Amino acid sequence: MMTRPGKLRWALIIAALALLEGACRLGFVSRQTIIAPTAMAAGAWQALGSAEMRGHILITLASVAQSIGLAIVVGFAVGAALYRLPRLRRTLDPFLASYYAVPAFVFYPVFIVLFGLNRWPLVAIGFVFAVTAVIINTLDGLSRVPRGVRRTAAVMKLTPLQHIFFIMLPAAAPWLFTGAKFAVVYSFIGVIAGEFVLSGAGLGHAIAFAYNSFDNETMYGLMLLLFLIVGGINMQLWIWEQRLYARRGGY
Amino acid sequence: MNTSSVQLCLRGVTRVFPAVEQQKPLHALGPLDLDLRRGEFFSVVGPSGCGKSTLLDLVAGLARPTAGTITFEGRPVAGEVPDGIGVVFQEDASFPWLSVYDNAAFALRRAGMAEKDIRERVDPTLAAVGLQSFAGAYPAQLSGGMRQRLCIARTLVTRPRLLLLDEPFGALDQQTRLLMGDELLDLWRLTDATVFLITHSLDEAALLSDRIGVMSARPGVFIDLVDTAWPRERDSRIVSDPAFGRVTGRLWEMLRGQSLKALAGG
Amino acid sequence: MPGAVDIDPAVPAAEHARSRGWSALADTVLLITGMLIVWQVATLIIGHEVLTSPLETARRLSAIMADPDFPAHAWETGRAFGTALIIALAGGLTIGVALGAHRLSGQVAAPILVALYSIPKITLYPVILLLFGLGISAKIAFGVIHGIIPVIIFTMNGVRNINGVYFRAARAMRLSGMQTASNIIVPAALPEIVSGFRIGFSLTLLGTLIGEMFASQRGIGYMLVKAMETNDVATVMALALFLIVLATAASSVLLVIDRRLHQSVIAQSGDSQ
Ligand SMILES: Nc1ncnc2c1ncn2[C@@H]1O[C@H](COP(=O)(O)OP(=O)(O)O)[C@@H](O)[C@H]1O
Ligand SMILES: [Mg+2]
Repeated sequence: MMTRPGKLRWALIIAALALLEGACRLGFVSRQTIIAPTAMAAGAWQALGSAEMRGHILITLASVAQSIGLAIVVGFAVGAALYRLPRLRRTLDPFLASYYAVPAFVFYPVFIVLFGLNRWPLVAIGFVFAVTAVIINTLDGLSRVPRGVRRTAAVMKLTPLQHIFFIMLPAAAPWLFTGAKFAVVYSFIGVIAGEFVLSGAGLGHAIAFAYNSFDNETMYGLMLLLFLIVGGINMQLWIWEQRLYARRGGY
Repeated sequence: MNTSSVQLCLRGVTRVFPAVEQQKPLHALGPLDLDLRRGEFFSVVGPSGCGKSTLLDLVAGLARPTAGTITFEGRPVAGEVPDGIGVVFQEDASFPWLSVYDNAAFALRRAGMAEKDIRERVDPTLAAVGLQSFAGAYPAQLSGGMRQRLCIARTLVTRPRLLLLDEPFGALDQQTRLLMGDELLDLWRLTDATVFLITHSLDEAALLSDRIGVMSARPGVFIDLVDTAWPRERDSRIVSDPAFGRVTGRLWEMLRGQSLKALAGG
Repeated sequence: MPGAVDIDPAVPAAEHARSRGWSALADTVLLITGMLIVWQVATLIIGHEVLTSPLETARRLSAIMADPDFPAHAWETGRAFGTALIIALAGGLTIGVALGAHRLSGQVAAPILVALYSIPKITLYPVILLLFGLGISAKIAFGVIHGIIPVIIFTMNGVRNINGVYFRAARAMRLSGMQTASNIIVPAALPEIVSGFRIGFSLTLLGTLIGEMFASQRGIGYMLVKAMETNDVATVMALALFLIVLATAASSVLLVIDRRLHQSVIAQSGDSQ
């Protein structure tokens, strides 16, 4: 059973695709600019059939996974530490907020010299993009634990470890989850951007390569695959997040 | 008063909040003295902002008095929660990530009690606060009043000898308040605990208490201690007793001026 | 009665506020000094041909800024960014208010917006180039697609969370749709809107720079990509520093506004406690 907004959403998406399909088929849009959705799907199917393309996809997914893991572990630790150091946190706030204005992948050359010509510089870019979101959300979650909950814990005389594992973590769980979700989003953005700019492998590189060789079918096919992968993962995370919130009544 | 029957003793207790950010230091409470008898039902009434919650924090050991001493069962309370004190806070403090049953069992589990013994304590306590049929529900599915009752149950299962309650029925309508008051009296008789109840309702204080402390506008000090002389066996039907009217009348007489002052003082 | 009451010395409110401002400033100076030291130490460990030292970076930056070409590049970036920012903020605000006020549209759009937000938009660069061609409009488009989505999402959520009684009050006062939007909705959701603007600001700048890196022969993004391709680390570091300083200054201002607004809302809702 689908809800009314769900149905409308799909209707909207299908209508948009149909419109694009029609515009392309009828020649309103030049084939050099955008190709029909069915042609994109064909391109995607073809790419999936090629061992080389599958390799690009897998290597990207591996780097993204490494970046996500690192960002969650480090971001969480730093966020928890900053929570304990409110003065440092207050001072850092404007830096955290402006963080995303700087395209982190400009440091790619630095990373290459640091880590060598392998996948680690790309993981580093994904990590640098993702870690701040995890820090910010961890901080947010910990500082929103209601006063009454913290004081109740104080009355129960928990040990510091009990306080962390039985009170702070579960209380902040929805925000920690949001942080993890952003780690996924930004790791993808960072790794793909890095591959796009300067790399010899991965999905981002394959898209740029197809563009430079005027292979629109492959380019759009790969884009479609990428959006399906990213969109699918995010949709699943979003559904889990909604469930987490729903049981707790929005907090 | 026999000194051995004194459970809680306050002498010259004062609380001044230090200056922060752009505000001046704030003298919230005291100096005040108080002796609480073991097993007594004591209520505090006072205009809002007079320092009632601040007083509760001090007694619970959640904050240190700026001056003065607090002793509980002969030992000084100094910035640490003494054994045998249970607290129900004014704000909702149910744990949203745990079911009603797990909320109530929380403290016992942390203390390492066996699941069977936990069930033996939690089930009757949830029944006593009328939540037995909600044991599997989450706090988000409960009304504000039910959540507050859950917090009371969560505290009661630890069998405190002194139970501190900060406006626990603030979110309830008048009829439910009366009934909850009866429940509280039952629990009080059942557990033999001392109850220290903060309330803004004069009726509630007059109805439930053995003794009522009336606080002045900030900085709060006791301006009157009213003995109600109710029998231990009592319930909300006291409201039709003429003595009830006399008690509430006396409370309001003391408080009217203070409340006006608190209103004008912001 | 114990005699000595150990309260903190009474400090007049105004004087206190000033000393607090000074200590915050001192903290910031301390933090920046700490960062510079870490940077310098990192340079010493890694080697200055990989990671330029703070002093070298500052020298390079001033050399770049003294270059007669620089004002033209900066102006180009500033113009593209300014235009993109206006479009992203105004467009995001309008769409966000509409989606927030109309419940069904919001429910339909929310997951789509979240999906769009999570797409690596850099891969759209061929499409943008094909649609807009090389030049300033491609850069602006890049800035807008990066910045507008968070503004929409924040505004929409802010409007959705407005207390329903405000809308009933607006109807009771017979306000028109436009009047309700400008007199009730925007003020009531202002804290969330400003939070969205903060993120929108950063991401629009990021998008504009990315656009310049690929779709332009001018601007700071172009200078960056050129330096990157020639492995000119000193220039990369100098330009990154320039951007960090600018963006942090702007976001500090927005943060102050943000905090004020959130505080006034908290103060308001705290009264009922
Ligand atoms: N942590 C704090 N810092 C500064 N002032 C406080 C703090 N907690 C309470 N106050 C102030 O102390 C006074 C008494 O507060 P409280 O004890 O909560 O009053 P109430 O009697 O309504 O429970 C109020 O004016 C309140 O603003
Ligand atoms: Mg209070």
